[in-house]
Formats: sequence, structure tokens, C-alpha cells
Amino acid sequence: MIQLEAPFTEEKIRSLKVGDMVEISGIVYTGRDAVHKWLHEGHEPPVSLKDAIIYHCGPVVMKKKGKWVVTAAGPTTSTREEPYQADIIEKHGLRAVIGKGGMGEKTRQACEKFGCVYLHAVGGAAQVLAESIQEVENVYLLEKFGSPEAIWQLRVKSFPVVVTIDAHGRSLHKEIEAESAQKLNSLMTSIKK
Amino acid sequence: MAMNSALQKKVLESFIEIIRKTSVDLPGDVVDAIQSGRKQEPEDSRGKYAMCIIEKNIDLARVKSQPLCQDTGSILFFVHYPRKLDGEVLGKLIRKAVVQATKKGYLRQNSVDSLTGKNNGTNVGPGTPTLHLEPWSKEFFDIRLILKGGGCENVGAQYSLPDSRIGAGRDLAGVKKCLLDAVQQAQGKGCGPGVLGVTIGGDRATGYLHTKEQFLRKMNDKNKIPALAQLETEVLAEANQLGIGPMGFGGKTTLMGVKIGALNRVPASFFVSVSYMCWAYRRQGAKVSIKGDIQKWLY
Repeated sequence: MIQLEAPFTEEKIRSLKVGDMVEISGIVYTGRDAVHKWLHEGHEPPVSLKDAIIYHCGPVVMKKKGKWVVTAAGPTTSTREEPYQADIIEKHGLRAVIGKGGMGEKTRQACEKFGCVYLHAVGGAAQVLAESIQEVENVYLLEKFGSPEAIWQLRVKSFPVVVTIDAHGRSLHKEIEAESAQKLNSLMTSIKK
Repeated sequence: MAMNSALQKKVLESFIEIIRKTSVDLPGDVVDAIQSGRKQEPEDSRGKYAMCIIEKNIDLARVKSQPLCQDTGSILFFVHYPRKLDGEVLGKLIRKAVVQATKKGYLRQNSVDSLTGKNNGTNVGPGTPTLHLEPWSKEFFDIRLILKGGGCENVGAQYSLPDSRIGAGRDLAGVKKCLLDAVQQAQGKGCGPGVLGVTIGGDRATGYLHTKEQFLRKMNDKNKIPALAQLETEVLAEANQLGIGPMGFGGKTTLMGVKIGALNRVPASFFVSVSYMCWAYRRQGAKVSIKGDIQKWLY
């Protein structure tokens, strides 16, 4: 298990390899469809995303005794952000993207070129992931986008992920897709009537 | 028979409890399948890592009585009710239970107007929740509920045979090709290890509906039709050779189960409909007395 702790420097990010199991400690910012589209349209983020981690997540957040508490925080499907992600990595200097389901060719190339990684969280594990959030430090664009689509600034400890796209051009998604396609092909030819 | 207000109150409470349990507590047969999946992944592998997180999540959700996945999904009710009761009133009660369960946080505000994008926050609207109500001659209710998230619903597929892309003809060999293709296409996007619900035949609508009914079956049951039982076993074994593994991280456990049903078709059509259920396979059911009390959990 690799511990990835803030600050998230390019050096630390470049040291990660596809397949590494990682636990993140530090700040992550949630951002999903509305935020990605908005940043892509050229708006400035309300908080600097330089060397930051963005998390594709629409958390369930409740106010308890005047404090925000996250009660569920699993990842959402990342491919919806594929049209925007590469530009945002380049323009704002993101160091990591957390999500589920993987991302495509444009993002893979941006990760390689600008020193970023894609970290795959376990889809559906809303409770385990919420447990690793220690504090909600801030929230941005809450009025504008509503709770699930806002940028939540979360301090996490030992948040479990797997590196599935690294900063060296490798994508686990691409590799497993190719290997399984080859295996499928051989299974198909052996199926008899 | 009209349902008096005391009975309505009792039935409403039972429906809310069934929704709560479905959202926070996976059935034992699914938990067993997840455990066997974890055991067959090698030590220190990514597959094992994912399966351990999944098991921890299942325990946490149950203990905290909170939704195990924040996508509480499509709400699919399958209800048999004593025929002397009023089905229309019952339908209203179920919708009311959904609204209240949403307020209590057992369900996310998950129903969006497809034209305006608006979410009224109640989970009730055109098409949601989905209710299948059938009167019967027995003196009790049989209430079953499936909650199915959007990630896995998105990777479902429907094939019209013959299909030249995958070389599938109108026979069981062709059906098998469709199923293996669907699993390979889905990769890890459906939050595997998953379970396939399959219909051979029917039309485009009944085919998909019947795939959801397959999810009412227990993981360890055996198909009563020998040819389908054999197909289920074979597809499960072969799909697990694809190496996609938990979450698409690679590994042995790509699927945990395959459930296949067959419906008659018109001669011109031969559909194979496939629904993919994620590991967060939320299915519960209860036998509820005619007085509205939960008497027995069914899974």
C-alpha cells in the first residue's frame, strides 16, 4: 500500500504506476458535470486547483449542529467528463482525478504530458469512502449548482484508490479491455452449436 | 374491500421498512457470493483490495443504517396483494412510502424530469417508482423490492438475432455469444463483480422487464429448465475467464451469477435482453400479513 500525502507534487505523482494501490491523505475537491462544463467554458475556479485532486463525486452532505457532515461519498462515472478533463488538467494544473469507470484517450494523454494520474475509487462504496472524510473544510458554488454539483473541499485520511491511468502513458482500462477482447475472441470461436 | 386508516398506516410503515432494509442491507445470499469472490482473488491483488472495501462497505451501511451506495437507483416493486383489497389505494400507499423513505434519507432524491432536468425531491413522477401489482387469492402480501443503480443500468444491452457483428445465430450458442460480448463491453463500468439477468425472447419491452424479474431469484438457486441451468453455469465460468475482475481492475471474479429466463417470441423476432446488476445488489422482500405486519423476510 502506497501512502499519498499532501502536498501533491509532480514528483510524487510521477512516481505512481498503473496498478498501485494507494491511500490518499490531504485535501480533495469534488467536482462533477456542472463544474467541469463551467471550468471548460473558461470560468476561473473559486479556489486554486494547482497541484490539487478533483473527485468525481456528488456527495450527500447534511448540516449537523451547524457543521457540514458527509454521509455518503462514492464516485460517479468519470467518462462524462472526458470532453473537458484534459483541458482542465492542462489549464489549472490538476495532479490527480478520482472517479470510477476510467477515462479515455484524451485524458490519458493529458496525464502523461502534464503529470497527472487517474485514481479509481470503488464504485458503490459510499460508506467506506465517507468514513475516510475527516472534515468538510469549505464549499464553493453551492448556491449556483446545488449540493451534489458544488465544489466541496474535503479533508480525507487514507482514502483508498487504485491508479488506473498513470503519468507515463499507461492505462489499466485500455490494457484490460484489450486483453479481455482477445480472450473473448478465443472463447467465441470455441462456442459450438 | 376498502382499506381503513389503521390498516393503511400499518401497510405504509411496512413498506417504509422494506425500503430501508433494501437500501442499507444486502441479502445474505449476495453477501455469501461476495465473500467467495474475495476468497478467490489472490493476496495483495487489486481485485482482493476492491472486494475487501466492498465487504467493509456492506457492514458499515448495515450498522449505520445508511444507503450502501449513494445511487439508490431505480425503484422496482413487485407486489402480490390479497384480491379483496383495493389495488388503487395500495399503489398510492407505496408512492407515499417512497416519498417518506426519501425524506428519511433511505433513498436519494433520484427522479429527474427528462425534459426540464428538474428534480422535485420526492422520487415520485412519471414512471417512478415502477410498480408491478398483482392481486392473488392468498390472505397475505408478498412484497419484493429491487433498487438498481444507474451505472449498471447503463451497461445493459439488447441483441436482435441473428447478429453478424458477433456471429450470433438464433440458438443457445448465439445467446451465449451475446452474453459474453455484453460482459466484455461492460468492462468495470457496471461496478462489478456483477450478476446478469437475461431474457431469451419476448419483445423489446417484456424482454427487459423479465431480466429484472430474474434478479428476484436467489444467487444459489438452480434454473428449473435444464438447458438454461447449463447455459447459466457455462456463461458464468466463461465470463470469469475474461479477466476483467472486480471494478475492472483485473482478476478472477468478473461475474458472481447469471440468471436466464425465456419468453415466447413472434417468429420474426429473436431478442436477447441483458441487464447487469452491480455488486450492490439491493433486493429484499417480505411476507406481510393482511393486517399489515411484516411476518417474515424472504431473502
